[in-house]
Amino acid sequence: MAKIITVDEAAEHIKDGMSVMVGGFMGCGNPLAVVDALVRRGSKDLTIICNDAAWPGFGVAKLITNGQVKKLIATHVGLNKEVGQKMNSGELEVDLIPQGTFAERIRCGGNGMGGFLTPTGLGTMVAEGKQVINTNGRDYLLELPLRADAALIVGYKVDRNGNVWYKGNSRTFNVVMATAADLVIVEADNIVELGDIEPENVVTQGIFIDYIADPSRGWRNA
Amino acid sequence: MENVKGYIAARVAMELKDGNVVNLGIGLPTMVVNYLPEGVRIILHAENGIVGSGPKPAPGMESTYFVDAGGQPASVVLGGACIDSATSFGIIRGGHVDATVLGALEVDEEGNLANWIIPGKMVPGMGGAMDLVTGAKKVIIAMEHTNKGVPKILKKCRLPLTAPKVVDLIVTEMGVIQVTDKGLELIEYNPEFTIEQIQAATEATLIIPRDVKERWATDIPALSARKSFL
Repeated sequence: MAKIITVDEAAEHIKDGMSVMVGGFMGCGNPLAVVDALVRRGSKDLTIICNDAAWPGFGVAKLITNGQVKKLIATHVGLNKEVGQKMNSGELEVDLIPQGTFAERIRCGGNGMGGFLTPTGLGTMVAEGKQVINTNGRDYLLELPLRADAALIVGYKVDRNGNVWYKGNSRTFNVVMATAADLVIVEADNIVELGDIEPENVVTQGIFIDYIADPSRGWRNA
Repeated sequence: MENVKGYIAARVAMELKDGNVVNLGIGLPTMVVNYLPEGVRIILHAENGIVGSGPKPAPGMESTYFVDAGGQPASVVLGGACIDSATSFGIIRGGHVDATVLGALEVDEEGNLANWIIPGKMVPGMGGAMDLVTGAKKVIIAMEHTNKGVPKILKKCRLPLTAPKVVDLIVTEMGVIQVTDKGLELIEYNPEFTIEQIQAATEATLIIPRDVKERWATDIPALSARKSFL
């Protein structure tokens, strides 16, 4: 059963050099309190796997500003100019992946799949060095699974078993990331009792969750 | 001409059919919903997890749990749905999106598209664009005809591609260009410009059919009678 901890205890689990998935999209569905705690902890040389870099001063962008990120694996960083600058100066390595491929590689990583075939990226820079496979007369790129040491996600309602329900369109990559890391921490906007999320409405099942980080236990905005 | 962006958005809106599932890129393409013809209702797909995106919320009604792909406050229409990213891109790659409308840095006569990177200068990333143009049934480029006078419609794209041979239609303030096996065909033009001016603003050689249509801004009802969103 998932254990309830503080956001700073959650950050303690993220060691130097780890690869860390961070859920969400442009700040929506980002585990902001745990990320702030990670800024306070100061873990270094992280590989951050997140759809985007939000914008300066917000969410994962703080880790980049703070020099904690060695490599960023993302799909779009255009709204954070600092990423472009650090990329051009060689301070930050950035891997850009088409968004659908990003989601599906993580899904494969969590679902025991050896990879998947997609037409996305054929005939572009994305295809460089990748195997092209033809099935049913159509070419596809072979894309490989993506996993991480840890995943930091956020849910609106999290029950004491770690079952998660997401509000609005905050689920984005949280759902696949919860399945694709050795250690999974969910930041809970609200911790609820068993049964408060109807079984049919559980989106991420508690079996994927190792820790529930509770921001109401002493979250200070970093 | 005045209201260049409105003309382009309103002309793109005429391409959409009632009930279409449509994904609109950030910027000019987003304006398309403001000009849908009478009786046409579309289902807006937002790649960050909404099927049935609604209008921008009224001041004070914004929620940090509902955002659009540009990180701005969004809403979901009554009867809409929220989905995760793997499902969202399954919808895109699976051919369940009828049309996608995007901007471009460059398009060429083979329908090749470049809109995600200017090496050494601007590296925004492709986001969902590569999947969208590969998976959507119809790819419409909505953009100003040139970049401050420099042609964007080329014989051959020079920037790294978003995808090869995917563009179906290019809509600019000067006209509507269809990508065909023979090249770029100007099927319609805005008579505020001459065909010679349009060709001069285009690096690729345009095919001009005998029956090329004229489309004044006043010929687009939605442009004069602007309605509210959806």
